[in-house]
Amino acid sequence: MIEIRDVSHRFEERTVLQDLNLSLRERRIAVVGANGSGKSTFARLLNGLVVPGSGKVFVDGLDTKAKGREVRRRVGFVFQNPDNQIVYPIVEEDLAFGLRNIGISGAELKERIDAELARFGLTHLRNQSAHLLSGGEKQLLAIAGVLVMRPSCIVFDEPTTMLDYRNKRMIARFVSDLEQQVIMVTHDIELIMDYDRVIVFDEGRVVADDRPGTATQAYIQRMSVA
Amino acid sequence: MIAAFHHAETPVHRLRPGVKIAAVFMGATLAFVFANWIALAILASGVLVLYVIARIPPALALAQIRPALLILVAIFALHAIFDDWLFGLFVVARLVVIIVLAALVTLTTRVSEMVAALEIGLGPARHIGIDPSRVALAVAMAIRFIPVIATQAAAIREAQAARGLHRSFVAILVPLVIRSLRMADSVAEALDARGFETKERVGKDSATIDSQQKPSVEAVERVVD
Repeated sequence: MIEIRDVSHRFEERTVLQDLNLSLRERRIAVVGANGSGKSTFARLLNGLVVPGSGKVFVDGLDTKAKGREVRRRVGFVFQNPDNQIVYPIVEEDLAFGLRNIGISGAELKERIDAELARFGLTHLRNQSAHLLSGGEKQLLAIAGVLVMRPSCIVFDEPTTMLDYRNKRMIARFVSDLEQQVIMVTHDIELIMDYDRVIVFDEGRVVADDRPGTATQAYIQRMSVA
Repeated sequence: MIAAFHHAETPVHRLRPGVKIAAVFMGATLAFVFANWIALAILASGVLVLYVIARIPPALALAQIRPALLILVAIFALHAIFDDWLFGLFVVARLVVIIVLAALVTLTTRVSEMVAALEIGLGPARHIGIDPSRVALAVAMAIRFIPVIATQAAAIREAQAARGLHRSFVAILVPLVIRSLRMADSVAEALDARGFETKERVGKDSATIDSQQKPSVEAVERVVD
């Protein structure tokens, strides 16, 4: 569970988040908002990539400022552009990278890699160069690279933005099958209609926090007025 | 090495990278110590046998010479003009054998194995403040990101051509450097997210952007969305 208490955050003169108090318990949570609304900063708060200027963020009781490494083991993060997240040239080697960082090697490393490759249908690509994968395959590899570390929660920062409709559907299907808690930052309303909760951001504040139907309606209204 | 690894289950693939690199050094040294056609033919035969054992397709083996072709032609031409064409041919043949032998290492060794060997080799550098794991990761990432940056350069060139600008090195270089720096910020963030801490920790167990730091403009643009 993630607790956000009295969080505000600035980058130099610009306030990007204001007075946030949230408890994130639901299994599927979506975060929507206009460009520049602060939702990506919010996402980065959740695994300690950004530490709040004021207030606290706790993941399972761990302060993200003091226990960043431990927090990142619990909260995985999938970025918008998989090319920036895949760091090793070969598919299998990239999956091994995160595991080695958390001290896993030998038979367990191989077993976990095999399991994730099979789950995402990437087994036949295990010795493939990452740069030769399609956009959808790259995003699947990026997600597999996070899941192989077995986090209890995964934050997705607009994972379907760069994908075509077919790949978007495929990613949505894989995400919906995940056992973990998912926090999805997105502009894609269709993707989140069966979620448990939708939080709408505007100018660094939460302006709606409800079930998808009500919250997305509020979001669409705001976008229409702007 | 960018996409050179050719997967197969062979004894050559299973050899440790350190052994393969040592064999390349030994082969190259022998080629220079015994500088005659017979010794070179024996060495070339040995290399050929290794390629057969490693099940490398002939076309892939020949492709390893292509990047050096211009230099090889130039070396031969210089020898032919100013010295002896037969000796020029020997020099070029010797270089071809060494290049093909060295390429066998990259064709049969995974980047991760090479990186692990490099990390072990750089072990003593710890005493002068160099972290071998960081150097090794930098090498692996250089290999990974060369094609990504090449793709970006092609996209910039296309965008410029579409707007009427043709073939300007500086016009491509400037946006490419800016894009690459932005990408470097994103990649550093991804490394942190995947458990590899990119920043030295000062009094806290975290590699983070906080409000006391002065993040780059690119970092701010990326995260305030």
